[in-house]
Amino acid sequence: MAAELVFEKKPKWWLSLNDSLLMIKRSTLHIIRNTDQLLGAFFQPVMFLVLFSTVFGGAISKALPAGVTYLNFLMAGIIVQTVAFGSTTTAVSVCNDLQKGIIDRFRSLPMSNLAVLNGHVTSDLFRNTISTSVMLLTGLAIGFRSHANPLHWLYIAGILFLFTFAFSWLAAIIGLFAKSVEAVQWLTFVMIFPLTFASTAFVPAEGMNHILRDFAVNQPITQVVEAVRALILGSPIGNHGWLAVVWCVGMLVVALPLASILFRRKTSQ
Amino acid sequence: MADTDYVIEAKNLVKSYGQNKVLKGINLKVKRGTMVALLGPNGAGKTTTVRILSTLLGFDSGTVHVEGFDLIKEADKVRGVIGLTGQSAAVDELLTGRENLVMMGRLYRLTPASAKARAQELLEDFDLLKAAERPAKTYSGGMRRRLDLAVSLIAVPPVIFLDEPTTGLDPRSRLSMWNIIKKLLADGTTILLTTQYLDEADQLADSIVVIDGGKVIAEGTAAELKSKVGNDRLELSFKNEPAFKQATTLLAKSVVETNDKEYTATVVIKDTDTDIRQTLNALAEAKVHVQSMEIHKPTLDDVFLSLTGKQKTTKKEETK
Ligand SMILES: Nc1ncnc2c1ncn2[C@@H]1O[C@H](COP(=O)(O)OP(=O)(O)OP(=O)(O)O)[C@@H](O)[C@H]1O
Ligand SMILES: [Mg+2]
Repeated sequence: MAAELVFEKKPKWWLSLNDSLLMIKRSTLHIIRNTDQLLGAFFQPVMFLVLFSTVFGGAISKALPAGVTYLNFLMAGIIVQTVAFGSTTTAVSVCNDLQKGIIDRFRSLPMSNLAVLNGHVTSDLFRNTISTSVMLLTGLAIGFRSHANPLHWLYIAGILFLFTFAFSWLAAIIGLFAKSVEAVQWLTFVMIFPLTFASTAFVPAEGMNHILRDFAVNQPITQVVEAVRALILGSPIGNHGWLAVVWCVGMLVVALPLASILFRRKTSQ
Repeated sequence: MADTDYVIEAKNLVKSYGQNKVLKGINLKVKRGTMVALLGPNGAGKTTTVRILSTLLGFDSGTVHVEGFDLIKEADKVRGVIGLTGQSAAVDELLTGRENLVMMGRLYRLTPASAKARAQELLEDFDLLKAAERPAKTYSGGMRRRLDLAVSLIAVPPVIFLDEPTTGLDPRSRLSMWNIIKKLLADGTTILLTTQYLDEADQLADSIVVIDGGKVIAEGTAAELKSKVGNDRLELSFKNEPAFKQATTLLAKSVVETNDKEYTATVVIKDTDTDIRQTLNALAEAKVHVQSMEIHKPTLDDVFLSLTGKQKTTKKEETK
């Protein structure tokens, strides 16, 4: 053994942070190398954007406030929906890691175990940033216009980051529970699909029946969508801003420790 | 910690999965700088033992010390001194060989420069330099195994667990893996290896622990185990069934194994010279013609089969 080994002599918190950074790098490389998935992250949102705005645009625009085009209304909804579905990747990656031997390798190292989850969740931010940018650019090309100033965009980015984070941690839980990647796929689908459609992401709540409307206007996706939408359209944000933040923080407070406990339990038997 | 000579020391290790008692009190000691081979058939509990010793799996009772550290109370310290190569290759498929090594090196707390230097060294040692910049998913089974082992050596851990490192490798890759392992031993590494191959244990290990059904059924050096089964054997083959039948009745007392499809009978011979002569004389007197014969020295195979109580003949049928 010729090379001399030099070990880091840093405090424990620095080492844990570094573990997470290494895992974020790993998950981000996964996103970049997994070409099929990356293409999905590009084209799926674009397809949704174009389809929804052309198919539903005519019918729904009558129900919108005066001066708001359906494309401008839709943008917030499509972005939030894409972010929500994007969290599936976290669930799949977590499940994949558990199925394969690699998790044993990580666990036999003196590293902090949660770094693996941290990596998957945080790298979602990276992919969502790509997806969202692609959508905004496509939107601009087909007539999307916004009233938001740079500060508003900063708020929008902040809310979306928080939402991505919260949703990805929830998705990590699904990934920990599911027995196979196929199970992850349908589980996340049946959870996310109704949540995004029974919301104001694509249509205003006014046209819904009572029960549906009560659900739709009070659920987290709607709060996030409405907050982002108000910032995009330059309309008053009302309670949606802080409700969106409260929901996201609430989801995080529940999901983070739950995922940690599940992860420990799942990997120690 | 009285016995610091023993790097791995497990006492009365018990583990159940629900009702299924998988380990029923395993005792295991590995001296510094030596290799112990854990030998056993499928389902014997080899992987379970290794997973427990490498902190991946909890256990119900017993005590384990690795490098003097208590496995439960000082799990993190144990992790700092062990390297593990599990039964299924644990490399990141989407990362290249080099990226895998550097990442693991960093997770072992090596500095970036040190991790890179060490990765380069291992890629050279393990003949992976050409494939270093390719994602691991493009590697062949043998390359993946080598990368897997390289990854667990990145921080030169003094203690290494190898769970069936050569299963599924072709003879050449197997040989190169053996050479790597021998070199590790020469460098003073302490190794616990599991295997189903008796020749592997025979070739590499300083001592062998045979387990079956979650219990240690024998232990000792290869020579000691062989002497337990003891004697040389003489395998006689006959031309046809009548001759075979006649011979087996004639030699009934000393016959230990027969095969009525190939008409062979094996007899134990204690005093080589006289026993062989007597056996052949007896057959000659009865005018039974022996087609061919062969003398077998006991192999670990015999040890294993006689200890686990499974007859060679039945095993052959199972695999057919
Ligand atoms: N997660 C689990 N849940 C329930 N039973 C298990 C689990 N893992 C292993 N077992 C059981 O424990 C026993 C020992 O398994 P183990 O994997 O240790 O055997 P092994 O000696 O490594 O076998 P092999 O040579 O096939 O790798 C088997 O009967 C197996 O079915
Ligand atoms: Mg095994």
